[in-house]
Amino acid sequence: MPLDKPYLDVPGTTIFDAEQSRKGYWLNQFCMSLMKAENRARFKANERAYLDEWAMTEEQKQAVLARDLNWCIRLGGNIYFLAKIGATDGKSFQQMAGSMTGMTEEEYRNMMISGGRSANGNRVIGEDGDAQAHRQPQGKGHVLQQAAVGKKGN
Amino acid sequence: MAKITASVFTSHVPAIGAALDLGKTQEDYWKPLFAGYDFSKQWMKDNRPDVIFLVYNDHATAFSLEMIPTFAIGTAAQFQPADEGWGPRPVPVVQGHPDLAAHIAQSVIQQDFDLTIVNKMDVDHGLTVPLSLMCGEQDPKTGVWPCPVIPFAVNVVQYPVPSGRRCYNLGQAIRKAVESYDEDLNVHIWGTGGMSHQLQGPRAGLINKEFDNAFLDKLISDPEAAASIPHIDYVREAGSEGIELVMWLIARGAMSDVARGATADVAGGKPPKVAHRFYHVPASNTAVGHLILENT
Repeated sequence: MPLDKPYLDVPGTTIFDAEQSRKGYWLNQFCMSLMKAENRARFKANERAYLDEWAMTEEQKQAVLARDLNWCIRLGGNIYFLAKIGATDGKSFQQMAGSMTGMTEEEYRNMMISGGRSANGNRVIGEDGDAQAHRQPQGKGHVLQQAAVGKKGN
Repeated sequence: MAKITASVFTSHVPAIGAALDLGKTQEDYWKPLFAGYDFSKQWMKDNRPDVIFLVYNDHATAFSLEMIPTFAIGTAAQFQPADEGWGPRPVPVVQGHPDLAAHIAQSVIQQDFDLTIVNKMDVDHGLTVPLSLMCGEQDPKTGVWPCPVIPFAVNVVQYPVPSGRRCYNLGQAIRKAVESYDEDLNVHIWGTGGMSHQLQGPRAGLINKEFDNAFLDKLISDPEAAASIPHIDYVREAGSEGIELVMWLIARGAMSDVARGATADVAGGKPPKVAHRFYHVPASNTAVGHLILENT
């Protein structure tokens, strides 16, 4: 019998349940290791070599190297564990949370100051709120990023 | 006899700790938030407890994925502030109350709540930020928290987390446990975390003032209704991390107006007095809610 998972139709949200936890076990345990200063230093000195010490999948390692938190979460990462990577990089929780929306740091901060993201349209997949798949990425951040990538390509 | 005289409810955002530790409390961004706790600091002085039973959650600090206890009671003599990756918060060591903690563990387990007993544990911002908000800033070396603290960690990181109903019933068991302790002690029970927030994915930054304020209303005057809110409502309405609000129901369930249902052996008393209520958006990614309820 399938387990009861009523949370799978919430847009822009991955609930960290036993299945995700199983998938992300080594990814999250790697993150945990960054709570020790000497491990943070070793990771910073050679990220790839440090990641290779862990039984993570290659894709999980790529997601960490790319600092793509949404990707990490899809692969079983949990935000409280992933926050240790942000701490190692000197990032605040707000910078980390904002990075998953596509908004610039300033755009995200301003959204929070003006009361945060509305739940309206964002309760169930298929509505038209700003967290829905068809409205990603948000903000102007990604436009600038794409322009930068485009320039590099020319 | 020991007695629970009051409950305190507050969010425990890490950025609040950072603002305190970096001296930012008077900045425009933070000022209105800290002002909401001016009353509370004075109230703590006027209503000083002998012990605080502090319900909070660990954020991948003391508990990694190696062990995930649903309910963990700290029975140690001392708890060190944890290094969460930014270095430990510069706050005093937390003194425990091993005797009362062990007594509560025994009583609550006998009431069919299977607690994990933890004799060694560092405590993260989930526990130290509420202490700082309520007790004011303390020097890490020369300062002391006003009384011993019993840390009570709830798993709200990996789903499924305990239901609101289970938390509410657990609060009633904790009250019974406290009231069976012989020494005359004035005990406060704190429920922390929440309110609406989501820290992950394209939906990060969700805030729901209507839900939060309705929750505060219910928690005060219709806690049964608050205890009936299913997990999925928290996720949809208050964000994936808004689920932390189930911890508030442990503290609310321990108040004297809550009867113990059909098998009641502890009578329900009068509704609590609302000594203080505060709500503010935002603190970093989070809506901050705060209540002080006194037993009457």
